[in-house]
Amino acid sequence: MLGYTVRRIGQMIPVLLGATFIIYALTFLMPGDPISALTGERPLPEATVAQIRQAYHLDDPFFVQYGNYILGVFRGDFGIDFFGRPVLGLILERLPTTLALALTAWVLKLFIGLLIGVYGGLRAGKTGDHFALVFTVLFMGVPGFVIALGAQTYFGVHLGWVDPAGIRAGWPMAFILPALVMALEAAAGLARLTRTSLVDVLRAEYLRTAKAKGLTPRRIIWGHALRNAMIPVVTYLGLSLAGMLGGAVIIEAIFNLPGIGGLMVSSINNKEGTVVVGIATLLVLVYLVFNLLVDLTYGLIDPRVRI
Amino acid sequence: MRQPHHAPRPLLEIRDLRVQFATPQGTATAINGVDLQLAAGQCLGILGESGSGKSVTARTIMGLLDTPPARVAGGEILLNGEDLLSIGAKRRRQLTGPCMSMVFQDALSALNPVHPVGRQIGELFRVHRGYSRKAAKAAAIEMMDRVRIPAAASRVNDYPHQFSGGMRQRIVIAMALALGPELLIADEPTTALDVTVQAQILELLKEQQAENNMGLILITHDISVVREVTDQVAVMYAGRIIEQGPTAQVLSAPRHPYTRGLAESVASEALKGHRLPAIPGSPPDLLNIPVGCSFANRCFLADEACTAAVPALEAISAGRQSACFHSQEVPSHAAYSH
Repeated sequence: MLGYTVRRIGQMIPVLLGATFIIYALTFLMPGDPISALTGERPLPEATVAQIRQAYHLDDPFFVQYGNYILGVFRGDFGIDFFGRPVLGLILERLPTTLALALTAWVLKLFIGLLIGVYGGLRAGKTGDHFALVFTVLFMGVPGFVIALGAQTYFGVHLGWVDPAGIRAGWPMAFILPALVMALEAAAGLARLTRTSLVDVLRAEYLRTAKAKGLTPRRIIWGHALRNAMIPVVTYLGLSLAGMLGGAVIIEAIFNLPGIGGLMVSSINNKEGTVVVGIATLLVLVYLVFNLLVDLTYGLIDPRVRI
Repeated sequence: MRQPHHAPRPLLEIRDLRVQFATPQGTATAINGVDLQLAAGQCLGILGESGSGKSVTARTIMGLLDTPPARVAGGEILLNGEDLLSIGAKRRRQLTGPCMSMVFQDALSALNPVHPVGRQIGELFRVHRGYSRKAAKAAAIEMMDRVRIPAAASRVNDYPHQFSGGMRQRIVIAMALALGPELLIADEPTTALDVTVQAQILELLKEQQAENNMGLILITHDISVVREVTDQVAVMYAGRIIEQGPTAQVLSAPRHPYTRGLAESVASEALKGHRLPAIPGSPPDLLNIPVGCSFANRCFLADEACTAAVPALEAISAGRQSACFHSQEVPSHAAYSH
């Protein structure tokens, strides 16, 4: 187990390098000049521009820039933005908001998705299952931002149950609507997966065995069916938590929450490569860590893949 | 049916059982009027090819049919005089496990992959006898010992995939025997195993049956298994029992052409170098069972009478029954070998 974990962490290094390289290259290739973007209409004097370009090593060849950046990252230095603020500090300052949003959404999704999925699976082919299907298809089909804007207008503006945007109300009130929007969209996929998996398991021979042991339906489902049905679901859940951090970026922008999503968007607009790469690297890292956690917990639920 | 009071009440009695399946093509009749009796301590083999209704019979007794698509269209299944088809779900659960249990064909898929085997055996004690976790585990180890799983105490926490095929089937048997049922149904218990292991498992079943005076129903398509283990045999074809009687007599001197054909299609020393005789044709479509004897279209003795009416399962000699109008004409020597 320990050896496996160490090996897996070792494997994360080349993945991280590859991912940052691609992201770095993409920001490098972004059209437009970061310096002129800084000041908008009024051009800076040539000398100032040259000075800034030199300070930020913008004239170095791409590989030198990237090499410098990676060396810094391994020392814990994610560079500075154009205002001289350390990127890591910027990210860490905004990370709690994003984490709160993503986690709230994830937990909501977990409840909604599992509830609908298990309900649909147990009542497969009956009316309740069809309603669940309609619900999930609806939320899977409509783009997330449409739901987000609709919910914002209706619950935030018309009904006034929550602030339409901003973080003034704090957790949970400022987070409940954006998290719910994210959760509903993601819960649809989870519900479908759970339902299918449960329907499969309910047909399994070992459930017939359980019945032949004279167990109550409740015990058959809780003791024998659900845990098996959860095996594929756990993988999905772990990976989707990482995905939620990515999804939070869009929702934060819509609901004006000061998370890393907003930071990402403004950094892209300002062509601040270091910030974009820093955030992306962080997201990749989170994704890898969750992936590892999923693989490690997998054995807990399925003894056949225990390491 | 009148029961003479000197005869002991049978452990299991099935009367005119009919089971149908709803399929997209129509209603398939899987069991079409089955009568069976089994006494305590007796071993009955149900012999038949796939689709003959033998497994459906077993599942109907155990209450394991998926309804729908299956539907019990009629009949009675009496276990110690209690009709299993008319009791409620709760009463059935009380009987399932403690009074009757079942051994399945494929032990790997019959065991839950995510629970240790000890817990799966122990669950019976916990649910039906209210044992504590610890006591249930001890009882599970005892059961594993009884079915001769080596080092049971150290393997009780292992998972099904960590056992060999034969050992897994022993675990399934341990589960079936755990609460000392009076009736044990084994549905093709050795089909998934290799031949040497088959013999061990059959021996184990036989020995446990004798020791506990259980009624054992052994469902198989394998004549040699029936010959080795059972006292009585019922031969099924297209959802009906077509011949029944003491195993040795039925197999050595069949009184139904189908049994004759089955008995002949077994490879033997005498047939070495020859083509294995097979029954020509195939079983009838269960969606559309023909009028008359279901076997008539494949039978070398068939005449107009056979396609006009269904021959009833009738006594032909002491303890033997056959459902054939020509039961007296079934030859005792090879009829299909050419």
